[in-house]
Amino acid sequence: MATSRALRRAGWYLLLTGLSLVVLFPIYLTIVRAVSQPVSYVDAGQPLHPVDVQRSVFGDAWRQGHLASAMLRSTVMTVLITVAEVVTSVLAAYALVFIRFPFKRLLFALCMATLLLPIEVTLLANASTIRQLHWIDSMQALVLPFAANALGIFLLRQAFAGIPRDLHDAAKLDGYGHVAFMTKFVVPLTRPVLGAFTLIAALTAWGQYLWPRTVIEDSDAWTLQLAITRLLGTRPEQANVGVAGALIAAVPVVILLVIFQRQIVRGLTAGAVKG
Amino acid sequence: MIARWRKKYKAKEVALGLAFMAPALAVFTVFAFLPLWRIVTWGTFESRQGGTRYEQVGFDQYREVLTSATFKEGVWHTVLYVLFTLPVGIVGGILLAVAANRRLRGIKLFQTIFSSTIASTAAVTAVVFFFLLNPVVGIFDVDWLQDKHMALFAVSLTSMWQNLGLTFVITLAGLQAIPEEVVEAATLDGFGPIRRLFRITLPLLSPTLLFLLVILTVSGFQTFAQIDVLTQGGPGRSTEVLLWKIFEANSADRVTIGSVMSVGLFVITALVVFLQFVILERRVHYGNE
Repeated sequence: MATSRALRRAGWYLLLTGLSLVVLFPIYLTIVRAVSQPVSYVDAGQPLHPVDVQRSVFGDAWRQGHLASAMLRSTVMTVLITVAEVVTSVLAAYALVFIRFPFKRLLFALCMATLLLPIEVTLLANASTIRQLHWIDSMQALVLPFAANALGIFLLRQAFAGIPRDLHDAAKLDGYGHVAFMTKFVVPLTRPVLGAFTLIAALTAWGQYLWPRTVIEDSDAWTLQLAITRLLGTRPEQANVGVAGALIAAVPVVILLVIFQRQIVRGLTAGAVKG
Repeated sequence: MIARWRKKYKAKEVALGLAFMAPALAVFTVFAFLPLWRIVTWGTFESRQGGTRYEQVGFDQYREVLTSATFKEGVWHTVLYVLFTLPVGIVGGILLAVAANRRLRGIKLFQTIFSSTIASTAAVTAVVFFFLLNPVVGIFDVDWLQDKHMALFAVSLTSMWQNLGLTFVITLAGLQAIPEEVVEAATLDGFGPIRRLFRITLPLLSPTLLFLLVILTVSGFQTFAQIDVLTQGGPGRSTEVLLWKIFEANSADRVTIGSVMSVGLFVITALVVFLQFVILERRVHYGNE
């Protein structure tokens, strides 16, 4: 009995390890290719281990791709979009839950309707707006269209609605106005949901591609996601520089994922479990 | 009416409520609702002389564009892309989640590995596969990206891999929401592991799977970075998905045609979301109903 249980456990570990290898295989091959000198690597018959290791490749990618300024730009864009989304979502969700005003259902429905109007659908008209404002290549062009987010309003409204009505009444009796109640009670009490949404908002903003590609024409103003494609045209003997660029671009997100795994998972699954 | 409102609402509250809603509504108005109105109306104009002049043609252009071979081709490529990526996403997610949903020492490590592709953005994934699919420095000797019949499938490999982390995380959360007693009861009733999976776990997981189906389909319709990095719509037009055609129409002479295609994308996406919910609503098992 004991041996059969041990055997079964070994079987699970074997399966889990096998699946891990499948998931990690593209990443592993990419790292091997990045650090190997491409010509030697191909000559060696493309083995599963690095050949003729080139340590300089990450520095080369960093410089040739102008990744420093691109990373800074992506970081600024991500922070601005995230802060804007969180602020506008908190305000709207708070109003929808705690403030009495007419047409609430209609306004909420309008917010949710924008889930059907992603940037992919409205691309051409939004691009025209940005051109008319002479905002091509500008930071505000990258940020403003994403300064509000229906998913954020939805999630926060749900979280705020879970706060007991009595708490609101008690706070009101104690002389708390709406702003004080929001900042001192509502926001701290819903920190888990806020944190999860903040991280998802940041990850989404960071990974943007279509919109920056549309409104950033000057390659000196590219975000990181665009800049890593600059290294694609390099000759085969430099192919590993392109790979290295992509790996560099993944580092900030990997760090976020390692630190905030639980919050990110909560954010990603928020829509799934509650329906 | 006004008198009733006076009784029901306080002016100060109403002003504050609207003020709190205003930033979000302003963004939505400028960057979602007005643009929708603009693409719908632009579609009724035809561009003349390379986009220096536009002529009102009513809904003639809608009929022309929506029945054109180009539009159908874009939709077909998009549907194919979803058909390639969706089964792998769902089955892969279930496989990884079922394997990782157990009490074992070190299971957190495996769960982290399985969710790791979340860290890879579309562009990063595309660049990585650009090299993996390259016939000289890549893993295959054949150049799928230059092969008209293989290119779209080759591009879809990027999404198949990239989606794994997301589908795993969502499916695992769904699995963990299933009460253990249900599974234990089934085991006591003599259900084997395979029968438990198909008769108990998957039916209880159906709301999660439905959610996955919707987000994978919608994200398939929004595929862009991979096409831009890997094929630019080629070879020939074999990887021109609908969104790529819309992106290419971002110029004065093509924008009105692109607008019609955008409306098409809007309607198709909305229909997919709506249909999946309506059709599956009845067959899906919801836990507490």
